[in-house]
Amino acid sequence: MIAIVVAHLMFGVAAVIAGRRLGHRVFLLAAVAPLLSVVWAATKVGEIRGGGTVRETIRWVPELGITVDLRLDGFALLMLALVSGVGLLVFVYAYRYFDHGVESPGKLAGTLVVFSGAMLGLVLADNLLWLYVCWELTSVTSYLLIGHADREPKARAAALQALLITGMGGLAMLGGFVLLGVSQGTFRISELVANPASGGLVTAAAVLVLLGAFTKSAQVPFHSWLPGAMVASTPISAYLHSAAMVKAGIFLVLRLGPAFAETATWRTVAVGFGLATMLLGGLRALRQHDLKLLLAFGTVSQLGLLMALAGLGHPDAVIAACALLIAHATFKAALFMVVGIIDHHTHTRDLRELGGFGPGWRPTIVVATISAASMAGVAPFAGFISKEAALEAVIHGDALTKVALVGIVLGSILTVSYSIRFVWGAFVAKPSSALPGNAAATAAAPSLSFLAPSAFLAAITVLFGVWAGVYSEFVRVAARAIDSTAKAKLSLWHGLNLPLVLSLTALALGAVVFAARGAIDPLQQRLRSRWTASGGFDASVRGLLSTADRVTGIAQPGSLPIYAGIILLTAVTVPGVALIVLGVWPGWPQWLSTTAHLPVAAMLLVGALGAAVATRRFTAALFLGLVGYGMTLLFVVQGAPDLALTQFAIETLTVVLFLLVLRFLPDRFEHRASGLNRTFRVAVSAAVGAFMFAVIVIASAARTAPPASEAMVEQSLTKAGGRNVVNVILVDFRGYDTLGEITVLLVAAIGAVALARVGRKRTTEPLTAVPEEVPA
Amino acid sequence: MRRSLILDTSIRLVYHPVLVLSLYLLFAGHNQPGGGFVGGLVAGIAIALRFIAGGIDEVRAALPPQPWSLLGLGLLIASVTAVVPLAFGGALLESGKVQWDAPIIGTIKTTSALPFDVGVYLVVVGLVLMMFEAFGEPAAHAALLEDGEGS
Repeated sequence: MIAIVVAHLMFGVAAVIAGRRLGHRVFLLAAVAPLLSVVWAATKVGEIRGGGTVRETIRWVPELGITVDLRLDGFALLMLALVSGVGLLVFVYAYRYFDHGVESPGKLAGTLVVFSGAMLGLVLADNLLWLYVCWELTSVTSYLLIGHADREPKARAAALQALLITGMGGLAMLGGFVLLGVSQGTFRISELVANPASGGLVTAAAVLVLLGAFTKSAQVPFHSWLPGAMVASTPISAYLHSAAMVKAGIFLVLRLGPAFAETATWRTVAVGFGLATMLLGGLRALRQHDLKLLLAFGTVSQLGLLMALAGLGHPDAVIAACALLIAHATFKAALFMVVGIIDHHTHTRDLRELGGFGPGWRPTIVVATISAASMAGVAPFAGFISKEAALEAVIHGDALTKVALVGIVLGSILTVSYSIRFVWGAFVAKPSSALPGNAAATAAAPSLSFLAPSAFLAAITVLFGVWAGVYSEFVRVAARAIDSTAKAKLSLWHGLNLPLVLSLTALALGAVVFAARGAIDPLQQRLRSRWTASGGFDASVRGLLSTADRVTGIAQPGSLPIYAGIILLTAVTVPGVALIVLGVWPGWPQWLSTTAHLPVAAMLLVGALGAAVATRRFTAALFLGLVGYGMTLLFVVQGAPDLALTQFAIETLTVVLFLLVLRFLPDRFEHRASGLNRTFRVAVSAAVGAFMFAVIVIASAARTAPPASEAMVEQSLTKAGGRNVVNVILVDFRGYDTLGEITVLLVAAIGAVALARVGRKRTTEPLTAVPEEVPA
Repeated sequence: MRRSLILDTSIRLVYHPVLVLSLYLLFAGHNQPGGGFVGGLVAGIAIALRFIAGGIDEVRAALPPQPWSLLGLGLLIASVTAVVPLAFGGALLESGKVQWDAPIIGTIKTTSALPFDVGVYLVVVGLVLMMFEAFGEPAAHAALLEDGEGS
């Protein structure tokens, strides 16, 4: 199984490489990956229908016990059909859609295949951590795909919004996964599902996981990224934003639902937000003039319905959710493709300008009408059967189910209405479309090969409606994998029962709502709230940025004395308090162990005092150098030649470099602190000195364990083959540190050069002028 | 700007011995005082001497390789040395010993820490060179000499 996922990645790389030479044909190359996936899955269908499950486990990070667990069961098979089946059609469709050329087709096709692979890995996941990795990979590839036209600010903004929202949800979800996995002792989904748990931690995990699912599946109030993502080209929208990625949240809720069966919050929250999303999406869809946005809000609405069904989680709801997953993917992907065809040929998606197509468009109109009818829930299409199943699932049950019933009926009315609006908007001639030069009337008819992928999907919509047995079997196998008690019996005719009556009512009322659009549209415009979700998103991003600005302004005032003062004061107070409370004063140390210390101490004192009182910067630097050489002498006296050598070399270089940099500063310290400020500075310095003295005296007496250096001295020659322990520590025992340090050196060098260049650009003139004015 | 003949000549005299000393420190480092870090710093002092004598132009003439190439090469050598043991089933940075009986000069013993140290040496030399590239334009050299004579 992992081989199929990896094959997607390899085809992605191949597509990027071959993109320039193949042009739009690269999509056919890319289509091989989902084709492999479909063929492989087809060979396993028999086994899975019989109730079997294909499993695979790879040890990923054995040190941490992290594995990649994959499984193909009935539900994963359904998702695979959406991901790879619809994916395959989308690739074929994209090959025709992009035949006028597209910027860097290789990158587009490659990213799309990698996305497909990530999505495949996600639906096959049986391990929360692996699922998370795939989940984030789909977020990142989706970001790249939405922002493919990266010169357009709109595309970049939409891509970033999608990434920020889904990324935030993903992080919350990771938190939920960790809570769940650690509290239950396993990250395997099948084990978590088999032993549902309850408790505070599990409730917290449930909320966090739902947050992830809501952001991904565009639930209110996180839905704003999905309509925004419509700036992507239509094949991308048809795939990511109808069939595949937005279903990930639904997948997750269905998959993990049984694990949270004992947690009431899970159910209430998922159903509540789902219903709100369904209604809001439906209302918004009725307001759109752009066909693609209409479909986008329709998708939001349908995702809300799916979320509510998935959240309910009882066997009938699971069956309905599985049925709707299939029906929605087929009709919505087909509708997106039709919008793409219209856009491709007429260069407009505005329903006020469309309508009145020539006779060559009849097949397209048939495909679109069938799909829209399925969306509205008209018999005898798949959408009708899935909507019946949804109503059936909420007729009997507790209060929450009753609420869901009302919500679903209301939502269905809206769905019917925007479905009619879609067909009417796209194809019915309007007064303005009769004008000469109308894009639709003069548009060349699309070729059959362009229409073929959407026609194939429409054919499935019809077949699943007419031969409900096939549909039912598909759903039965999928639902059984989630809930073994689910017994799916879908059929076109259930007899004259309540769901049928409700269904017919929704159809009739939906038609009424559409017919009354003249009265409802102005009302909708007036209701248009200022508090939109995308406005909320923008405001929160702006708020975050301005808060960061303010915090940075406070934390980084740009004054060196303040920085130094804060650092030194913290160093004195925080460990200083600990020292006073916990430290044991061992008594005064021995003041003088050898007379050689006397000149060294004198040198250090003279250097330090000189540096403190010098009025010229140059003099102060030389005095600092004196302190350094004093330290060198001390190392010599104490018998540490290596340290002495290093200290000596560093001091010498530092003085030279100091002199190079000092000329950027005034010759003398002109702004000397005075009065209180000066007293304060002296006090801080004295405190730091006293503190350091105390630390050294106390710390050197506080040792209870043998020093680590003893072992190093012992092992230096035997283990590392060197007699110089200092060097062996540097290159062997602490080799990691050294590697890190030289990397830091390199980064610091780059930073210093950059800093010098910036300074030079601004001060070129005076710098070259100064030395000439001063007499030699 | 005036160049001092005595300073120039004496720096020319000590420059190469100091460089040799830095290499000695680098190779001797594993068993005697020294090592890549100190060696690099001593080489840096040699460069500083050249800079004092003739400014950045003279440094460039004395050490043609670009400072960033030395930095990059050093880090590359050190990283490769660190990673190579992994390929032989060892741990990161594990050291191995090599012994070679060379004619005339006798037995040469070394460990894989040496190339690591060479990397450190190159990074330090590159860093010093880069500092002079960054801050040592001709004006800086002139100012340095003024200051030195003024105080």
